[in-house]
Amino acid sequence: MTDLERRQDRAPVPSGWDYAPAPEARDIVTLEERYGLYIGGELVEPKSGEYFPTVSPASEEVLAEVGQAGPEDVDLAVQAARDAYDNGWSAISPAERAKYLFRIARILQERSREFAVLESLNGGKPIKESRDVDLPLAAAHFFYYAGWADKLEYAFPHRRPRSVGVAGQIIPWNFPLLMLAWKIAPALAGGNTVVLKPAETTPLSALLFADVLRQAELPPGVVNIVTGDGRAGAELVKHPDVDKIAFTGSTEVGKAIQRELAGTGKRLTLELGGKAANIIFDDAALDQAVEGIVNGIYFNQGHVCCAGSRLLVQESIYEPVIEKLKRRLTTLRVGDPLDKNTDVGAINSKQQLEKIEELVRSGEEEGADIYQPPCRLPEKGWWFVPTVFTNVAQSYRIAQEEIFGPVLSVLTFRTPDEAVEKANNTPYGLSAGVWTEKGSRILSMASRLEAGVVWANTYNRFDPTSPFGGYKESGFGREGGLHGLEPYLDLEESEVRG
Amino acid sequence: MTRLPVRKTYKLFVGGDFPRSESGRTYEAQGQNVARASRKDVRDAVRAARGAFGKWRGMTAYNRGQVLYRIAEMMESRKEELAEFSSGRKEIETAVDRWVWYAGWADKYAQVLGTSNPVAAPYFNFTIPEPTGVVGIVAPEEPALDGLVGRLAPVIVGGNTAVVLASESSPLAAIELAEALATSDVPGGVVNILTGFKAELAPWLAGHMDVNAIDVAGADGEIPELERLAAENVKRVVRGRADRQSPYEIAAFLELKTVWHPIGV
Amino acid sequence: MAKAPALPSGFELPLEPRLPRIGSIDQVAVEERAASLARRSIKREAKLFALDLAVRMMDLTTLEGQDTPGKIAALTSKAIRPDPSDASVPSVAAVCVYPNLVPAAVDRVRGSSVKVASVATAFPSGQSSTAVKVTEVREVVDMGADEVDMVIDRGAFLSGRYAKVYDEIVQVKEACGDAHLKVILEVGELGTYDNVRRASLLAMAAGADFIKTSTGKLPQAATLPVTLVMLEAIRDVHEETGRKVGMKPAGGIRQAKQAVQYLVQLHETLGIEWLTPDLYRLGASTLLNDVLMQIRKEKTGNYQSPDYFTID
Repeated sequence: MTDLERRQDRAPVPSGWDYAPAPEARDIVTLEERYGLYIGGELVEPKSGEYFPTVSPASEEVLAEVGQAGPEDVDLAVQAARDAYDNGWSAISPAERAKYLFRIARILQERSREFAVLESLNGGKPIKESRDVDLPLAAAHFFYYAGWADKLEYAFPHRRPRSVGVAGQIIPWNFPLLMLAWKIAPALAGGNTVVLKPAETTPLSALLFADVLRQAELPPGVVNIVTGDGRAGAELVKHPDVDKIAFTGSTEVGKAIQRELAGTGKRLTLELGGKAANIIFDDAALDQAVEGIVNGIYFNQGHVCCAGSRLLVQESIYEPVIEKLKRRLTTLRVGDPLDKNTDVGAINSKQQLEKIEELVRSGEEEGADIYQPPCRLPEKGWWFVPTVFTNVAQSYRIAQEEIFGPVLSVLTFRTPDEAVEKANNTPYGLSAGVWTEKGSRILSMASRLEAGVVWANTYNRFDPTSPFGGYKESGFGREGGLHGLEPYLDLEESEVRG
Repeated sequence: MTRLPVRKTYKLFVGGDFPRSESGRTYEAQGQNVARASRKDVRDAVRAARGAFGKWRGMTAYNRGQVLYRIAEMMESRKEELAEFSSGRKEIETAVDRWVWYAGWADKYAQVLGTSNPVAAPYFNFTIPEPTGVVGIVAPEEPALDGLVGRLAPVIVGGNTAVVLASESSPLAAIELAEALATSDVPGGVVNILTGFKAELAPWLAGHMDVNAIDVAGADGEIPELERLAAENVKRVVRGRADRQSPYEIAAFLELKTVWHPIGV
Repeated sequence: MAKAPALPSGFELPLEPRLPRIGSIDQVAVEERAASLARRSIKREAKLFALDLAVRMMDLTTLEGQDTPGKIAALTSKAIRPDPSDASVPSVAAVCVYPNLVPAAVDRVRGSSVKVASVATAFPSGQSSTAVKVTEVREVVDMGADEVDMVIDRGAFLSGRYAKVYDEIVQVKEACGDAHLKVILEVGELGTYDNVRRASLLAMAAGADFIKTSTGKLPQAATLPVTLVMLEAIRDVHEETGRKVGMKPAGGIRQAKQAVQYLVQLHETLGIEWLTPDLYRLGASTLLNDVLMQIRKEKTGNYQSPDYFTID
């Protein structure tokens, strides 16, 4: 044997294959030290004089300071929106309005990497999600509603669509820019002006969006952005000159808003919490169903209102599903949100982490079995290992309450009736998943599940053309699609029948 | 000697039956003693409505349309009695025609209100309207009969079941209507009609956690309070108007369900 | 390595509800999963590891009517020492040739770690009698082939005569003796992922040591999703029986980047245990040079030109 040939001896099985870090370049984002409020087309100092730090949840590093809008600031923003509405925007031709929206869509596409990085930096979500999901969808949303702006009369037969006025919009921290798009795009398409309140922990992409509006040359005041905590949102809700409130967030706050608006006649749409059942029948395409389970609950760290947080598995297939699921969990890569290979990023805030931890403790105390794959977590920042609870009873808090984190509760069922009963046994009704290869069963389940979105043999899919919203305590009104225009239009009938 | 007419006892209409109020109370309206429902009657009526919901929503649209048309037939044949307790023949005819109009919508509104959605991925995606569930209706005071029909018809044609608080000052037409409903093909519990004091009953309806939507058409000054109570379970609140007739009145009590399915081989 | 079939021949009607049932595959979902795995970003030492592994797993292939002993000589030299200027680059796993060229190949690889694989069973169409196929297999094994790449009878499979397919594989396996059997499903002719899964389970039940996607003679050859479907079938068989079956995607894998994607998929589906040439092969005729270019690029930092790599 020559030296050469000796070297060819089979190499031993490697002990591991660690993917080298693959960080997305952060320097594409330039941050100011301090941001004011975006009112009347300019970033202005808050009259409140208050600023608060916004951080990266993956490192706890302070990224910037942003303004806390006080009552006076919210009032100025609403005034700016009202002025813009009265002086031009509502009268501008719908075709021109459409062109502004198209411009915004294009600029978002052009600057999508910058936004994706910022979204991951400020919110903690994996770059592959902000890059492949949040940004493309946000741009697509503007593109979709742009086209509606000058076609509204075709959308609602026998009605006269007119704008509503000033829309106050309050969005959550789980999909900051995407929720902004869901709110702003249909509002502007309908000819309204906007005061948007981003979530307290994730204001930066909305503030960068202000720069997109500058590039698009949107008239000042058409969109105003007031940052701050819940106080700013509350001011916006109760402002008398706001015609419509759109809120996405917790059911608790949604109810408070509905109460606050009682008797005012203001329009309201609510997109609230969920505790969705993801139902796996024994004839499902199992490996794809397992992917669907993973995508259903660990997508965006489970910070998803429509997350498939309750897994209902048919008893006859319980063991292989759980085995496959546990194995799959060991391949999830938890860590730096800016690493292109990260599957599960940081928990958005310390407060949210504490809430998740508290609920997980309750699950253990109530007697469920916990499984967490071995996982190295970064030392700084807020993290939670993807978690599966088995042996969960319907009455446990982890089966009832929205955890809004990467925590799955597994229950079993024997018959379709039992699955429906368990799935619907909740005050929520946002979404549901069904996995079966039997077509007639899909249609039957889809019809019987009390949920605004039913994903059959898939989960957590979104599209601007597809209406999204809840039944029961998950809220009312739809976002996306033709139906998503309705909350932003006054739709008097062209001829009222007697 | 003239014959002494036999009077009717005006009772509630709950679950297809005509019970007295469990409270044993009555009040005088339009010269008659009318049952004065209690909060427990509201509870029973909601329970009956919930119980009837599954079957009613599960019927085919064609079937529901026929049931609504049958109501029109029954009302037409009781036109004289009904006219007596309302503003007259014209109101009854309008109401009968409303049932006919909404009956025809049963198998059409889904085609007008639903969509198929061209998502940018290999999925079949459609949005269909579905009933919201149990709907509370605070019926308009006037017109007592046509106002009630105008609010009730769009609610039940969509597959919802209803608990109606009848006109407080003119409740008799509602009871007459209940008798027409009882002799038509409407399954028991789909429509439940309570007479009594709205100020007493409406808040129980608005705050009831198993009521999905409430129409406050006849609530007047109590609307803010009812809307506050409705927030307890994120009820859909509809400020209905007596004179409206439109498929969008049906839409107001419908949920939209979007279903996704992959397209593959 | 020969083992009794792990699954009963009547596996279409499993009395046990447990896996591996045949089950089905959702096309959209499996393609999305494969695409998502393909987006992994593999850099620096992790990439070098993958490229080195890709070389060690490669079945360097030539399956042309115009093949000659001279061509085989060039191929085997390349197989043994892929990059003459870099001694740290390992040999490939095997050369894969037509039966007639087995003796030439066996002669040239002697003393090295490189195996000789021969296609057989009326490759690529499989349209001969079982007897002819078995005879051909015996012949190539007698000539010294270490591995046999057979094709399944797609005609029988697609017309539902699964027993015919199964029995033929069993007989070929028997004829292989100690040689490893790779069973080519020719996925491009199977029409659906459901069929790919069914054929995978069938082949494994009949005793395949490896299952392989394609002959390379069709435009539709190995893809990431079809390979994923096969890996998942392998996983199910392992889960149920403890038996480890190997996987060989072949055809259409031409770039180092693709090879890395296949290995990421393998790594995240079957885990580290399968990261060995004993259980995974990449069937390719033109992939090697691109992998060598990438290895040199990683080592030198410079982007490479094909002019510096021999075309064999």
